[in-house]
Amino acid sequence: MKRSILNRGNLPALVLVFLLLLGWQGAAMKVNAAYIIPSPTQILARLWELRQPLLAVHLPATMQVTGIGLLISLALGLLLAVAMDSFPLARKALYPIIIASQTIPTTALAPLFVLWFGYGIWSKVLVTVLITFFPIVITVYDGFQSVKTEMVELLATYGATRLQIFCKLKIPAALPSFFSAIKMAVPMSIIGAAIGEWLGSQSGLGYFSRRMMTQLDGAGVFAPIVLLSAVAMLLVAGIGWLEKRLIHWRGEL
Amino acid sequence: MMLELRGVTYRYPSEDFDTLQNLSFSVEEGSFVSIIGVSGCGKSTIFRLINRLLSPAAGEIRVGGRPIAEQRQYCGYMPQRDLLFPWRTVGENLRLPLEIRGGLSRGEMQRRVDETLAEVGLADCGKKYPAELSGGMRQRAAFGRTALTGCPLLLLDEPFSALDFLTRVSMQEWLLGQWERHRQTVLFITHDVEEAIFLSGRILVVDSTPIRSLTEIEVPLPYPRRREMLARPEILQLRERLLDSLRRKVTG
Repeated sequence: MKRSILNRGNLPALVLVFLLLLGWQGAAMKVNAAYIIPSPTQILARLWELRQPLLAVHLPATMQVTGIGLLISLALGLLLAVAMDSFPLARKALYPIIIASQTIPTTALAPLFVLWFGYGIWSKVLVTVLITFFPIVITVYDGFQSVKTEMVELLATYGATRLQIFCKLKIPAALPSFFSAIKMAVPMSIIGAAIGEWLGSQSGLGYFSRRMMTQLDGAGVFAPIVLLSAVAMLLVAGIGWLEKRLIHWRGEL
Repeated sequence: MMLELRGVTYRYPSEDFDTLQNLSFSVEEGSFVSIIGVSGCGKSTIFRLINRLLSPAAGEIRVGGRPIAEQRQYCGYMPQRDLLFPWRTVGENLRLPLEIRGGLSRGEMQRRVDETLAEVGLADCGKKYPAELSGGMRQRAAFGRTALTGCPLLLLDEPFSALDFLTRVSMQEWLLGQWERHRQTVLFITHDVEEAIFLSGRILVVDSTPIRSLTEIEVPLPYPRRREMLARPEILQLRERLLDSLRRKVTG
């Protein structure tokens, strides 16, 4: 099959993004009110001007919340997924609660967390964890459940214990799901951290964006958001690369 | 006797009739015995009871003279699909039963795996992944893995039914060669009459559900066998007889 140049790799997406940016630029120049709708070039220029505080102070602050939140979510999520997979009682008790927990409007509760935990990082970490741990538990749990009964039975006929079945079959079989979970969780944890900072904080990109808002600096509101998206994309790309190296058998199970 | 079933009864929880009812039969050590029957007649249920994936409502199953309830790792089970783990190389797949049994050094496990790989004609494939092998090679790898359980009783559940005709024929000859060399006790499930005749010394026919008894038929052929032997008049007759009894089961 012949593929035109336009059809290659990510090119269609890149072209579309370029066209959308072009449209934005045109519209912003026509409106000509940077505090309402800054143009992409104004945002980039502002990002460059603000590079010192953004990169040295606020990005590390957000990444710290994201990192801690992600680690806690992973530990908690994996623990719950393993528990639900291993013990039917745990599944019956936890599954409905975990699903229900997603109906709680976390953003609305976040100010309360600030009240409880103060302006330090823990209120933000809590928001991050609440947003992130759900996709990890559910995706990894589904990964465990998708293991073929026949394979479990085969190991059972070899005389395998439950622990052996778990280590030799369930963990490797759930690895693709685990990576899917992380790829979902990373951007969500960054969003969670930014929301937390937006609501109450003294540093971080979310906080910075909000401060620029109060100063009617439109480009300044967008600049940290652009930076956050770029970091999230880089992280997801890195995880995708790692996944490709580790899992050569996706879809063969 | 390598394997003995005495008065075994089993009913699936979701059904209102027994699949096995007071069934008894036995298999001598070192023999190749096939169980033949139409799809869904309960052949595989017999295997699942022997390898303890199911437990009988009544009756007793003995392997090597002892009840299976007090044994571990007494039979090697090979299902219809090869079930090779895609994240393990072929060699690592073969190592699986050894890892689970434990008690062997890494070097010793590797030595046995290499030996078996050579035995099943996959000496160069130890480092390959299952996806790189053909259907017949995968089935040979799965057989090697079953053999490495080290059990004297092998349960093979339609191992070749998913293969194309020519591969199936050559795998049957290969399996026969393996058995003639090692003489493990093999219990082989199939719905292919010709396959059953070619491979086994004795055929057990399932001709009713619930299974109350198995019709035993000796195959009047010596080992080692060649495919031409299937053209003998008495074998053709046997084949017709078997086909006839299975067909009656399908239409009746």
